[in-house]
Amino acid sequence: MPDMAQLVFRHPLPIRLAHWLNVVALTILLMSGLQIFNAHPALDLGATSNFEHPLAAIGATGETPDRGYVEVFGHRFGATGLLGVSRIGGQPTERAFPAWITLPAEQDLATGRRWHFLFAWIFFANGLVYLAYGLVSGQLRRRLVPTGGELGHIGASIREHLTLHFPRGEARYNILQKLTYLVVVLGLLPLQILAGLAMSPGFDAFAPWLPEAFGGRQSARTVHFVIAALLVLFVFVHVAMVLLTGPINQLRGMVTGWFAVGAEREEP
Amino acid sequence: MKAKLIDRRRFLLGGLGLTGAAALAGCGRIASSRVGQTSLQAGEDATRFVQRLLLTPQNRAREYPASALSTVFKPNGTTDPQDTAYKALAAAGFAAYRLKIGGLVEQPFEISLDELRALAPRTQITRHDCVEGWSCIGQWTGVPLSALLERAQIKPRARYVVFRCFDAMDDGSLTPARYYESIDLVDAFHAQTILAYAMNGAPLPVAHGAPLRLRVERQLGYKMAKYVSGIEVVDSFAGIDGGRGGYWEDNGYDWYAGI
Repeated sequence: MPDMAQLVFRHPLPIRLAHWLNVVALTILLMSGLQIFNAHPALDLGATSNFEHPLAAIGATGETPDRGYVEVFGHRFGATGLLGVSRIGGQPTERAFPAWITLPAEQDLATGRRWHFLFAWIFFANGLVYLAYGLVSGQLRRRLVPTGGELGHIGASIREHLTLHFPRGEARYNILQKLTYLVVVLGLLPLQILAGLAMSPGFDAFAPWLPEAFGGRQSARTVHFVIAALLVLFVFVHVAMVLLTGPINQLRGMVTGWFAVGAEREEP
Repeated sequence: MKAKLIDRRRFLLGGLGLTGAAALAGCGRIASSRVGQTSLQAGEDATRFVQRLLLTPQNRAREYPASALSTVFKPNGTTDPQDTAYKALAAAGFAAYRLKIGGLVEQPFEISLDELRALAPRTQITRHDCVEGWSCIGQWTGVPLSALLERAQIKPRARYVVFRCFDAMDDGSLTPARYYESIDLVDAFHAQTILAYAMNGAPLPVAHGAPLRLRVERQLGYKMAKYVSGIEVVDSFAGIDGGRGGYWEDNGYDWYAGI
């Protein structure tokens, strides 16, 4: 690739900054969010909690030896070694998500909440700057909004992805990338903020329609958890695609802005 | 205005500092350092600032129909205080109970439960959100806190209302702290802020804070002090216990619990 390649300026500085700030913010939000989840490791639908039969829960059987489980729609799955029970000081202890993935590591709801809400503000401010820049500069439309022609090639793009035969280094995102980023940036991320706000009793007094739009506060909490899981899935796929499509080139692109475009697939 | 600017600057600096540091060092160490503690609190400052901007006295927590009442309402915090004086009061049906109202007021007074019940009541069916994440819906009947504060006539210096409680928190120490909480005057005079003596149409059960508990419907459950023994109007809570305005606040939780 490098022989035939030519460098194009792909990612402007505001977008690179927003990207890496998001990496930090979303990591902290995920880990502190799991800390908060651990304080009440169950999910429900509606306004209130169903303590007897939650929609989903992570727990421990209390047997000797203690076993962790995940329960969804009344079906129980063993999760020992990962969820439900952690070894703390050598002792099996009931704990939904283990220390290595929560912030702080030890069970500490108060500090977890502080991390979560501070970085929620940082994430929110970052998103606003990104959207304002993207709209004013036209980057948002250019980068994420598919053209009619691109939509027509969606079949070919799906085939490329399924066979892992990617065009090496295209200046623009392909149609599946555009659609995925569009769903994440303008769909999941704003929805995640709204679902989070719907859990705030203060914000609910300002906007009583918000928790109702999700079907109640506990539904909003469930949506918040599910979107977090979808974002984790997105990150896994995103990183996998970076690794599959020339990680050095992709990383240079998002760090310096300059991206090598393969000559054979160069766009006019 | 100056305080707001400082809050904002603290928030921005704190955010930037933490973002860099978090990437480099262990987050646990940041959280336990003094700078880290201050930075982490910037989120609370921002939330309180924005929610105070958004919320007017007319913004009320949603009130639900009776059909929405939770069949099981999980009691939060202490459920059975072991304090001797409290147990004696409870054994006699709280007949000897007197709520004391004092501090920065012109007319301190004491009031019995019967006298409280004789005042114009407010009944509301609201959602109770625990800091842990769960919610229950209950019906509360009580006296608007504003009525008591108006009768006591708060002094111009007054800024917060502190609630003293009967329940001692079992924190393993020889002199366990008693539960206490505080709210500012914005919440104290809000129409839905009541001292409830009844829940779901019956006298308030011990598990839910008999004889009197606070309801502050736009904040989380730990703000809603149970087993209230006295009300103290203050201009600062710096000298009270840990100095952060409440039992849980002294243990690291945010004073403003609107989120």
